[in-house]
Amino acid sequence: MSNEVIIKDAVKKYGDFIALKGVSLDIREGEFFTLLGPSGCGKTTLLRMIAGFNSIEGGEFYFGDKLINAVPAHKRDIGMVFQNYAIFPHLTVEENVAYGLKARKVPKAEIAPRVKEALELVQIAHLAKRKPNELSGGQQQRVALARAFVIEPSVLLMDEPLSNLDAKLRVQMRTVIKKLQRKLGITTIYVTHDQEEALAISDRIAVMKDGVIMQIGSPTEIYAKPQNPFVAGFIGVSNFLDCTVKKDGVVDIDGQLEIRPPLAKAYEGPAKLSARPEQLFFSESGLPGEIMFSTFLGDFIEYEVRLADGQNLIVNEYTKDTSEVHADGEKVFLNFDPNRISIYEAESEEVITC
Amino acid sequence: MLKRKNTTIPLYMDPWFWVKLIVFVIFALFLVWPFSSIITNAFKSTKVDGFTLANFQRFFTKKYYFGALWNSIGISLVPTLFSVVLGVPMAYLMTRYNVWGKKLWHVLAILSLMSPPFLGAYAWIMLFGRSGSVTTFLANFGITIPTIYGFGGISTVLALKLYPYIYMYTSGAMESIDSSLEECAENLGSGKFRRLMTVTLPVVTPSITAGALVVFMSALADFGTPMLLGGQEFRTLPVLIYNEYLSETGGNGNLASAISIIIVIITLAMLAVQKGYVSRRNYIMSALRPPKEIEVHGFKRFLVTLPVFLISFISFLPQIVVCASSFQHTNYSNFIGGFTFENYQNLGTRLWSSLRNTFSYSLIAMVFIVVIGILMSYAIVRKKGKTGGLLDMLLMAPYVIPGSVLGLCYIVTFNVKPLILTGTGAIIIISYIIRKLPYTVRSSSAFLQQMDPSVEEASINLGVAPMKTFWKVTARLMLPGVFSGAILSWVTCINELSCSIMLSSGRNNTLTIEAYTNIVRNSVGSGAALSAILTVTSAVILIIALRVTKGKIRV
Repeated sequence: MSNEVIIKDAVKKYGDFIALKGVSLDIREGEFFTLLGPSGCGKTTLLRMIAGFNSIEGGEFYFGDKLINAVPAHKRDIGMVFQNYAIFPHLTVEENVAYGLKARKVPKAEIAPRVKEALELVQIAHLAKRKPNELSGGQQQRVALARAFVIEPSVLLMDEPLSNLDAKLRVQMRTVIKKLQRKLGITTIYVTHDQEEALAISDRIAVMKDGVIMQIGSPTEIYAKPQNPFVAGFIGVSNFLDCTVKKDGVVDIDGQLEIRPPLAKAYEGPAKLSARPEQLFFSESGLPGEIMFSTFLGDFIEYEVRLADGQNLIVNEYTKDTSEVHADGEKVFLNFDPNRISIYEAESEEVITC
Repeated sequence: MLKRKNTTIPLYMDPWFWVKLIVFVIFALFLVWPFSSIITNAFKSTKVDGFTLANFQRFFTKKYYFGALWNSIGISLVPTLFSVVLGVPMAYLMTRYNVWGKKLWHVLAILSLMSPPFLGAYAWIMLFGRSGSVTTFLANFGITIPTIYGFGGISTVLALKLYPYIYMYTSGAMESIDSSLEECAENLGSGKFRRLMTVTLPVVTPSITAGALVVFMSALADFGTPMLLGGQEFRTLPVLIYNEYLSETGGNGNLASAISIIIVIITLAMLAVQKGYVSRRNYIMSALRPPKEIEVHGFKRFLVTLPVFLISFISFLPQIVVCASSFQHTNYSNFIGGFTFENYQNLGTRLWSSLRNTFSYSLIAMVFIVVIGILMSYAIVRKKGKTGGLLDMLLMAPYVIPGSVLGLCYIVTFNVKPLILTGTGAIIIISYIIRKLPYTVRSSSAFLQQMDPSVEEASINLGVAPMKTFWKVTARLMLPGVFSGAILSWVTCINELSCSIMLSSGRNNTLTIEAYTNIVRNSVGSGAALSAILTVTSAVILIIALRVTKGKIRV
């Protein structure tokens, strides 16, 4: 059986509230796939449907070519890492890790070496005899990881596993997880609301909002080519500007600046432009503005620039590209690289740039 | 949120469906059915055919019965108020100050609450009764003390026994006030007293009323105290039920049934009042920073300790008095001093048979209580569904229906075919299960609510089927909560009087019934010896349990 996960039109309802509105995903074998979105977007709901802890109100879930809708949770052969680790408090570290192996009736002689190997992989072999209450958060996290992958599951699910750790440990553990996943090659579905974490760890990301997938793509695709204003705003920082697309494909911003971005479809009318702070630059002509505030951040300087209509834009200028810091109150002109911005139809919010 | 795993699994495949069904059947058979049969019974009479209001008419027109209603309300309300006066200050001092001997006073409060139901009255009679030691001693100097028989005495004894409910409910709430709330009041310029009156007390009031409700219900249902201290003149409703049933020999207890319904209506009304009050003032709090104990020294520390000491010591005093008296010589109905074991030696076989009954009945009941308690609390907390609320409500029923009423229900229902159980030990065991199950369920569910459901999910996820996970992981982790509840269930079973005395046929007498019967017959030596055994047994169980759980037993 191949270890891909295919979801067709998944629907989840809580009474009258529809938490998932027909979500389809195609997760490849060995892929690190992340469900990313703000709280309440349905990402954890979907993960728990895959795990078998939530009922399925509609759609089909496949592991490889096997339909698993009716397979009970304990027979799905999935490893799962819970947000609060869910370590069995009455068992030692090694008993925790051996738990799933015992349930699978793995011969006794085989259990001990497999547990040892798993603990070594997450670098806590020396803690094997400890009880969970003697472990730090990061160590409990490692136990949860070892316990989930030691059973060699076809799929590994992780529900915000790093959210209970402090910032420094979070960064450290996400590298541990990523390297481990590469090494073991387990198909992994990861849930997080932290866009930076998602970008750092994933092969592909599905950005979700209100029970709908907004965009699926690699971290670079999602960052560079957001398919709608929501994704543009949720991943990283984006500046939004109202603009008009003219007949000949020229984009007019407030009558002050005209650019000609590559358009994927013909459109004429009001539109919305999004640009990352590092994709804006100061130039001789363009949108007139005034520097309101600047923050020196080492490798770049962040400017808050007020346009004539009162809107504030964030502009990042890399220290290596410039020799001076603009003073507050300085009048500047802003311009964009037309190849690196996104433009959306005002009404439908559909992307029209390539 | 652990929903049923999959919509495609039929209901009858879900083990929790069967658990709930079995619990409903048990409650239907041993609570709903018996209670509904006394409802119909109340509207029947031996003198008239068919439906009649004669029993109620008789109740409300004869002062003999009607007076008992006012008496009952009086000896419920007054001890409730008195308990608040004792319990709230004690809770405040115990949670906020470094009171000397804190743990001891706490244990004493639990012990007096869990003492046999007639013990307080009995000890007070020994001290202040007509021929009580204090009374006779003071009489030498020509001093007479007010009588302890009747309203005043009953109220005092009940308040001293039941105040720990208020103390425990209130201190629980006071411990969960985040200290920043009081600091904030202080910061806004509020003095200590003002802060207490405007912030602390209002916030804990819902808990005080919850405790007050339990005190009210327990006082109203109390049977042992008014029986001993009420005499012929001062009757309460539970006493009437007992007397009426005994006197209506061969009758169906029609009037007793009517009185039972009146009691239940009173408790329901109080329950509704309390719920109505609390529903408008529900403060959910979790103390991130529990309030710190204020360190006082020297005389101040003495001052904060004294009231706590007095309250808990006086309420514990009956147990000392009874135990001490049990070693005195008697001339059958009076203690005459000295030191002897003869009271114990004279017990003979009565002791062994009643001990055997007490332990066999209560332990058999405990097996059922623990198993049903674990399953039921899980069903209530995690498998709520459409019927979870109903399960929760059934658990309130034993609080609402006094022991003597349930006893009557069982006599009326189970002395006819198809289920003849009266006169057997089985019916006493069943009454224990129905009445004492709530302690275990409440304690287990409170514990379960704190438990993270993902631990169970982790086990299922690792390949252990849900029901196997339940016994292997969940039930195992719930044990501390189950244990502390089960101890309360067990000790209250051992001390149960009002229901079992109606159900016992003499040879089924438990230690509590035997002790009480001896006291009523004025056989003071045996009475004291049996009471002392009972008290010490309960105390030992509770103290061991408090040790094991590190004091985590909540009433």
